[in-house]
Amino acid sequence: MFEPVSDTPMLTAENLRVHFPVKSGVFLRQTGAVKAVDGISLELGVGETLGLVGESGCGKSTLGKALVRLLEPTSGRIIFEGRDISHISQRVLRPMRRDFQMIFQDPGESLDGRMSVRSLIEEPFRIHGMGNRAERKKWVDDLLTTVGLSQAAAERYSFEFSGGQRQRIGIARALALKPKWLVCDEPVSALDVSVQSQILNLLVDLQKEFDLSYLFIAHDLSVVKHVSDRVAVMYLGKIVELAHSETIYRNPKHAYTKALLSAVPVADPKAKREKVLLEGDVPSPIDPPEGSAFGHRIDHPRYDETIGMDLSLREIEPGHWVAADPCCLEPEDWKKLA
Amino acid sequence: MSEGYLLEVDRLITSFETERGLLRAVDQVSFKVPYGKTVGIVGESGCGKSVTAMSIMRLLPQPAGKILGGEIHFKGEDLLHSSDKRMQQVRGGEIGVIFQEPMSALNPVHRIGRQVAEVFRIHKKMGKKEAWDAATEMLDMLRIPAPAKRMMDYPHHLSGGMRQRVVIALALACRPDLIIADEPTTALDVTVQAQILDLLGNLQSEMGMSLVLITHDLGVIAETCDEVVVMYAGRVVESAPVDELFENPLHAYTKALLRSIPTLDTVPKSVLPTIPGTVAGLGDHSHGCRFCQRMGRDGPVTRERPKFKEVEPGHWLEICKECSNL
Repeated sequence: MFEPVSDTPMLTAENLRVHFPVKSGVFLRQTGAVKAVDGISLELGVGETLGLVGESGCGKSTLGKALVRLLEPTSGRIIFEGRDISHISQRVLRPMRRDFQMIFQDPGESLDGRMSVRSLIEEPFRIHGMGNRAERKKWVDDLLTTVGLSQAAAERYSFEFSGGQRQRIGIARALALKPKWLVCDEPVSALDVSVQSQILNLLVDLQKEFDLSYLFIAHDLSVVKHVSDRVAVMYLGKIVELAHSETIYRNPKHAYTKALLSAVPVADPKAKREKVLLEGDVPSPIDPPEGSAFGHRIDHPRYDETIGMDLSLREIEPGHWVAADPCCLEPEDWKKLA
Repeated sequence: MSEGYLLEVDRLITSFETERGLLRAVDQVSFKVPYGKTVGIVGESGCGKSVTAMSIMRLLPQPAGKILGGEIHFKGEDLLHSSDKRMQQVRGGEIGVIFQEPMSALNPVHRIGRQVAEVFRIHKKMGKKEAWDAATEMLDMLRIPAPAKRMMDYPHHLSGGMRQRVVIALALACRPDLIIADEPTTALDVTVQAQILDLLGNLQSEMGMSLVLITHDLGVIAETCDEVVVMYAGRVVESAPVDELFENPLHAYTKALLRSIPTLDTVPKSVLPTIPGTVAGLGDHSHGCRFCQRMGRDGPVTRERPKFKEVEPGHWLEICKECSNL
């Protein structure tokens, strides 16, 4: 459905859904579902960074986990290098996992404190039965150098390191098997600004060096803009806008994107801007509004029209996709789509 | 004692007793909070922002935390030598605190109503019914929808943003003169952060309160503060009115901080300026300029403690040959 970034995208998701059952009552019958990811289609090109932004609870992390198959999608397809991996078994999946890895938000929690840094970074090689002891030692030393840690770090434990250094260990682990693409789930949000810029620089350098693709999940829009080629804005399990990152920041079309952008505090006291303040919170994904989810939140007068309407993404300008939703578009933009 | 300042912190020293001896977390920190203004304290984690705030409230973890020097004057009153009984009146009554994590600031087993009403019962000596009504009104003032209904909820029923509003309600209940907000929006989404900061700003001007806002986010500082205090490794390296600080930063650390954040205007995937190294641990701080220590500069500059001076009216700076640009 999207214009491909390269001729053959590395990864394609088609109408992906991840629903978590809600069980209640004595017999724990399923009484509903949390529609964390609700019909998402996207493509990721070789060497590309796709940024994914949205408020907490919108399903960003669930989407990331489903794409690397840490979760099994409820429906839809994930095609990686021409192969449908959406429902294949863990056994078949394991050798393929070399190609896609994940970097987690909190490196303190995602690293086992009882393992030395060497065994942490070596673990992927052991699991995949790669190399002998001497080879693995060399690989670990090389990885440490790649992520900017000294080789002496290998014999220490993760808790001896600061947040930024721990994130480097997490990145070294993710890079060990030379993956083709990575999900970076809020990789810098737990870090201080000065350390954050070190890690962002590292991620950008690694991408150039190894031709990596990233799905970069973050809630900090300035960070996302800095690293991304294209940006997808997610709201309540759906992508509402997707475009090249310059376009989405210069010329946002969807009301939610506009509100998100205007909420970002700008480090310039002279730039007093008019803010679009949103009322309320993201509605519950258990019982989402029938029509336009964002139209419902802002209590838009045209909300009733959107019930039963096809609100899927359409291309408003070349490469700029936005949900065809009368509640969330300027009248002239809506006319272009309708 | 000069007029016009609600709070004056002068050369505050706070230390912690640890296995490795007495460690100085706050090392001669001075700043002033004018009436009705917002002062932001910015710095990286571990720089002593929160310890400074907790020292003002005399809420340091006991028995480890000790205030070893300096003075804190609040409305002319010496807080460091006030009785514990007096401090109980000050806390919640005249100084309100907003903590970062609203879930841990609220008691999970009591209803919201009881927790907000408690403030009125203790500080205003109100009766049950009166306190309950005052609490409902407070929630309404914080634009919490259906306040009477929310009073009966438990903290886990509410979203992060709503919980933070309840915490603010607790802090504002007695219409204090000063609010200390320690990273009040760090755990929240940007959209909710914008709501909360907007609300806080409105209530502040309505009630004429002063606000000390502790944050690591320079964007939040730029949008909400009148004056900024930049802390590094337990010391204030620079403080100035907000426009002055962003336009004319004089300390190398302030400049580095300002440069290292990506903005919506930076060239995508360009190399961001970074600050090499990390902050030295509490026990390893040098006596001299601590930013020189981070940058690996050695020599006489690192041995002598840099002086903290007013270089232009209202603009204070730690004078170091290497780090301050004069």
